[in-house]
Amino acid sequence: MTSSNRLMSLLVHAILILGIAVVAFPILIALIASSHDALTLIGKFPFYFGDHFLDNYRTVLGEGMARAGGGAVGQMLMNSFVMAIVIAVGKIVISILSAFAIVYFRFPFRMGFFWMIFITLMLPVEVRILPTYQVIANLNLLNSYTGLTLPLIASATATFLFRQFFLTVPEELTEAARIDGAGPMRFFWDVLLPLSRTNIAALFVIVFIYGWNQYLWPLLVTQEESMYTVVMGIQRMVTVADAQAEWNLVMATTILALLPPVLVVVLMQRWFVKGLVETEK
Amino acid sequence: MHKRVTFDNKLLPYLLVSPQILVTIVFFFIPAGEAVVYSLFSQDAFGIEVNFVGLSNFLFLLNDPHYLRSFGITIFYSVAVAVSALIPALILAVLADGIAKGATVYKTLLIWPYAVAPAVAGVLWLFMFNPAVGIVAQWLKLVGIDWNYKLNGNQAMALVIFAAAWKQISYNFLFFLAGLQAIPKSLIEAAAIDGAGPVRRFFTIVLPLLSPTTFFLVVVNMVYAFFDTFGVIHAVTLGGPAGATNILVYKVFNDGFIGLDLGSSSAQSVILLIIVVILTVVQFRYVERKVQY
Repeated sequence: MTSSNRLMSLLVHAILILGIAVVAFPILIALIASSHDALTLIGKFPFYFGDHFLDNYRTVLGEGMARAGGGAVGQMLMNSFVMAIVIAVGKIVISILSAFAIVYFRFPFRMGFFWMIFITLMLPVEVRILPTYQVIANLNLLNSYTGLTLPLIASATATFLFRQFFLTVPEELTEAARIDGAGPMRFFWDVLLPLSRTNIAALFVIVFIYGWNQYLWPLLVTQEESMYTVVMGIQRMVTVADAQAEWNLVMATTILALLPPVLVVVLMQRWFVKGLVETEK
Repeated sequence: MHKRVTFDNKLLPYLLVSPQILVTIVFFFIPAGEAVVYSLFSQDAFGIEVNFVGLSNFLFLLNDPHYLRSFGITIFYSVAVAVSALIPALILAVLADGIAKGATVYKTLLIWPYAVAPAVAGVLWLFMFNPAVGIVAQWLKLVGIDWNYKLNGNQAMALVIFAAAWKQISYNFLFFLAGLQAIPKSLIEAAAIDGAGPVRRFFTIVLPLLSPTTFFLVVVNMVYAFFDTFGVIHAVTLGGPAGATNILVYKVFNDGFIGLDLGSSSAQSVILLIIVVILTVVQFRYVERKVQY
């Protein structure tokens, strides 16, 4: 390597590291803020870690911002977790079943069902806010896990992903199963499901993040503090934090709210990338 | 479309599709249908008096300066978010693609913001730019900028654009990197042998070959800014100050839930629906077949 090449490569690494530093900067600031007491954060921002780190996290997890009337973040994290898991599992189950029906059976209205599912791609929550809320209210599902999750588990993309994948499964496998006298559900359990493992893992990562990060929907269907999810709960804390200056607690909550999905992405990176690319196809 | 070898069963396929179809009908078709119906009626806040008004909710919106302003703001906002999220991502992806060792490490260190919820991203940025305690706000004051996004509409807009674009950089980076890695190295080497420098190679070979990915990402980023950044707006500015960041999705929510104007909110939903349909068609017709992964 010539010296000019080496210089060039050093420059490239330097810019990349700078890029990463800029991207990570907001998190660093949040971590620092969550390690101080409220008073230290008033005035010039302290560019060092304080010694209230554990105190702050213990406070928000157990009591929340009691003075602000907010619930405990521990409960909110629990709600977020239940919501993300139920949506992820529910989406995968109902999508894999309907994709199985559409690919492996011939029946009247098959294409009709397919188009009904397809068209939901075009109906994000944001364009049907009020009427969907009314449906949930009429079914008495406000402030319940069912209300939080059920409307979000239908998914055209997941059904497509499984449909695309099933179409690539060799016909010979189906023939062999039929010759061996296996019925459709037996074939589904013993052949299709094991083959779909990586697709399920990829989809799980994407949908878990989708469920955890929901904002508008929980905002509409939860009025009781005990049902708040952490992502929407923060907003209420911010409004109060501005008046009472408890930014240390808000930033601790922010870190807790972003940690689970970030960990899922980092630890399951391979499936995450696969899921991201495949669901966009 | 389906398999040559299929199973015969009269009832089973209906059982298998029924959960998804039920959820779809109850939570997608009925609400969307109701949005269309409501948009044709005018209703007072208590639901006592309901009158069929035809398209007048729409006509009213299209002549309403507040709505048109919100429309303009949304277009500016989504273009700005797309550009601010695409350019840094492209630069980082080109650099990461060019290095021999360690590209995966950089990838891991750059993709995680994708997992941060838009609302949480909003809160992170709001804290840094808080006029009283925010570190960046304090820096800006040092260099003489009077920073207060709560009073200054342009500053509020800049803040929500940064917060929304920040988390989208990682997504764009991944797709750009995949697109770059799909470009045959022989093409670039051939150009290098012919004496084209790195910059020339980038603009005459890499960028044109990357254009399907870029186009796809432009559409995805616009959709993201249009619909998925409600949390950023709601957590950071509540559409303010004085409507400066009142994007369409936020306005539907605000007019419907806070203002309780059902007819207008539904008409706005229907307009958003038409926008989604157009964007989806564009994505499928012009993007899908041309993008290589």
